[in-house]
Amino acid sequence: MLKQNFAALLLAGAVLAPAGAFGQAVPLGDATEGAELYQYECASCHQIGDGAEHRIGPHLNRIFDRRAGSYEEFHYSEALARQGRDGLYWDLARLDAYIENPRSLVSGTNMAYPGLEDATERADLIAFIRAYSDQPQNIPEASPTAFAPEVRLPPEVLAIEGDAEYGAFLSAECTTCHQRSGDFAGIPGIVGWPQEDFVVAMHAYKKRLRPHEVMQNLAQRLDDEEIAALAAYFESLRD
Amino acid sequence: MKLNRRSFLGTATAATAALSAPAVMGQARPRVVVIGGGSGGGTAARYLAADSDGALDVTLIEPSRMHYTCYFSNLYMGGFWEFDDLGHDYGNLAMRGVNVIHDWAMAVDRDAKTVTLGSGAAIPYDRLVVSPGIDFVDGAVPGWDVSKQSLMPHAYKSGTQTQLLKSQVENMREGGTYCMVAPPNPYRCPPGPYERISMVAHILSQSNPTAKILIVDPKENFSKQGLFEEGWARHYGAMVERIGPDFGGDKVEVRPDAMEVVIDGMVEQVDVCNVIPAQKAGKIAELAGLTNDAGWAPVKPEDMRSRMDDNIFVLGDASQQGAMPKSGFSANSQAKVVSNVIRGELTGSRIFPARYSNTCWSLIATNDGVKVGASYEPGADQIESVSSFISQTGEDAELRRQTYEESIGWYNGIVADIFG
Ligand SMILES: Cc1cc2nc3c(=O)[nH]c(=O)nc-3n(C[C@H](O)[C@H](O)[C@H](O)COP(=O)(O)OP(=O)(O)OC[C@H]3O[C@@H](n4cnc5c(N)ncnc54)[C@H](O)[C@@H]3O)c2cc1C
Ligand code: HEC
Ligand code: HEC
Repeated sequence: MLKQNFAALLLAGAVLAPAGAFGQAVPLGDATEGAELYQYECASCHQIGDGAEHRIGPHLNRIFDRRAGSYEEFHYSEALARQGRDGLYWDLARLDAYIENPRSLVSGTNMAYPGLEDATERADLIAFIRAYSDQPQNIPEASPTAFAPEVRLPPEVLAIEGDAEYGAFLSAECTTCHQRSGDFAGIPGIVGWPQEDFVVAMHAYKKRLRPHEVMQNLAQRLDDEEIAALAAYFESLRD
Repeated sequence: MKLNRRSFLGTATAATAALSAPAVMGQARPRVVVIGGGSGGGTAARYLAADSDGALDVTLIEPSRMHYTCYFSNLYMGGFWEFDDLGHDYGNLAMRGVNVIHDWAMAVDRDAKTVTLGSGAAIPYDRLVVSPGIDFVDGAVPGWDVSKQSLMPHAYKSGTQTQLLKSQVENMREGGTYCMVAPPNPYRCPPGPYERISMVAHILSQSNPTAKILIVDPKENFSKQGLFEEGWARHYGAMVERIGPDFGGDKVEVRPDAMEVVIDGMVEQVDVCNVIPAQKAGKIAELAGLTNDAGWAPVKPEDMRSRMDDNIFVLGDASQQGAMPKSGFSANSQAKVVSNVIRGELTGSRIFPARYSNTCWSLIATNDGVKVGASYEPGADQIESVSSFISQTGEDAELRRQTYEESIGWYNGIVADIFG
């Protein structure tokens, strides 16, 4: 019932997204504004609408509730394909995060797009893209998509100077799986990343935006200082 | 799949520096002795030596020159892993400054603070780490003792038993019966016996499809039960049958010479019999007076310190710590906490609050991997689970394949972390 209202209102323009796991209802945005933004920000790589085809990026019809990286005929980065296999689905929260900062959600993505900082603009854009997805009444299992309005980390969190010695201790919990050498042997390497990328990736696991229960579970008990400490330590392992 | 598992194995060829006594240095460095070079002891020795940068004198006592991991030995049984790839030597630990002595620890004199070796030498310590793994409880399965282990292998400690069991399975007569006598709780690697059943079923369903698999189990329930049972039904049809305690699975006796298993008075003729008896801490923990009536070595949750002796830490399977399963992952996680504490106590480096974790993967069939895991923290009396996760039944094949590939990543990761 909620879903149907949502869909019906969506076509009318500005609507409220239902409150979901993130506990906040926010305006989805203005699809007309979004259409214009799409031309500037996305159209050079992604087609959308009737007859849309894959270009530099995959077409974005029916992107909502699709598994990430799931067009077999499109050649995705291994990172996005992996996240898809792990259970990353494009709902409002994930799309918003990906558009805001693609690497926060998928570190190794090859979508060469720097991100869209303005939350209102993202909401407009998503409202536009949403109109090209199946309507929820046609796909009963579609989730009522939760929306995390601010994926961006507060500047004070990004500014924390990591205690690398503490990071060295904490890192021992990671090196059972992630090799100190940075080698990929079934689990991605995490050595030598810029600290900010590391921090946003860990917070994305902590917020459960990124799928993967092992990482969500580990990130959950790390506080901001500890994530910064790990980022500082693993960056220092760069050859 | 092209994973570079060999690249680090290739580097592990440096000769092990086996010294007969700890290096004697100009000034007296604090001495740490580690008994057992498996998951717990190997990790502790490595982290103590590497992190203290020579400030500690670290000696590892381990009789074997090669450590064959139990983890992935089931995959070897299923034909997914090479036996040689289970083996790791101590060359890199020696290179990192650990004095590796290949001998048995025969006794611990807690007053004199020395460990006596098989050679008769006594090694002094300021702190002792004990990680000897498990031993079997005598008489746990009537009719079985270690003298019968070639007729009815346990294949539950590192070494050649797994090869023996594998060849028995491969040479079993057509339509024969493989029987496993499963252990009661607590035992090492809770999903281990059931992963083994999966791997035996995988082999038999190809080479001997009319064979039967019988599990005689004293436990009501077992680890990842829903996942295993779903997988067995899907991949192996009716091949696997389990007799739980409600049908006498807890009243079992074996007759190795006749290859008979007696379940609650009923005699079954079997062709291969894998007896995994009840377990207790490795013998040396008991000899050192570190164990309780239950046969395990109780430790404090905040740092794995023995409740019997402040200078001794017990790790891994031998310890009784609370909620962590007896796994290689747990032993590795505990060892890191212990080495941070010992280093702090002996050299004044920073001591951080303990955090522990564990994840155990199991392979059910080709590309069908599942996992279970949790984070742990010290509680008032014991280690407690703070949050956990487990694979779900009905997951899609892509996710299961990815989970299997991650398990390979984990294997490569943990052995690099210990022996690399
Ligand atoms: C079939 C099977 C599958 C498994 N799969 C997994 C898995 O997938 N994941 C996982 O995390 N765990 C797994 N495990 C469990 C894992 O192997 C153990 O939990 C782990 O090895 C425990 O580490 P430890 O240090 O306590 O003992 P061990 O690793 O057994 O090491 C003990 C060492 O001590 C030495 N020792 C014993 N007595 C003495 C003495 N008196 N003097 C000197 N040295 C001595 C032994 O030679 C041995 O090398 C599995 C186990 C089995 C049997
Ligand atoms: C410079 C080209 C480029 C631009 C600009 C760009 N993308 Fe992408 N996009 C890609 C590529 C390439 C991929 C595939 C990424 C991968 O495989 O890691 C992708 C993937 C995606 C996906 C995942 C698709 C799937 O099937 O899982 C979404 C959603 C997406 N882009 C949305 C957007 C939006 C919205 C914009 C505009 C704000 C945008 N992109 C701008 C190139 C681009
Ligand atoms: C039990 C094994 C395991 C442990 C322990 C572990 N990780 Fe991970 N980690 C993984 C797996 C598997 C992935 C890939 C997840 C995916 O596919 O989405 C991953 C992914 C990551 C990523 C993202 C990599 C990428 O390319 O997107 C980061 C960052 C990371 N882990 C950091 C850590 C840190 C920091 C720790 C220690 C606090 C840690 N991990 C401990 C298994 C583990």
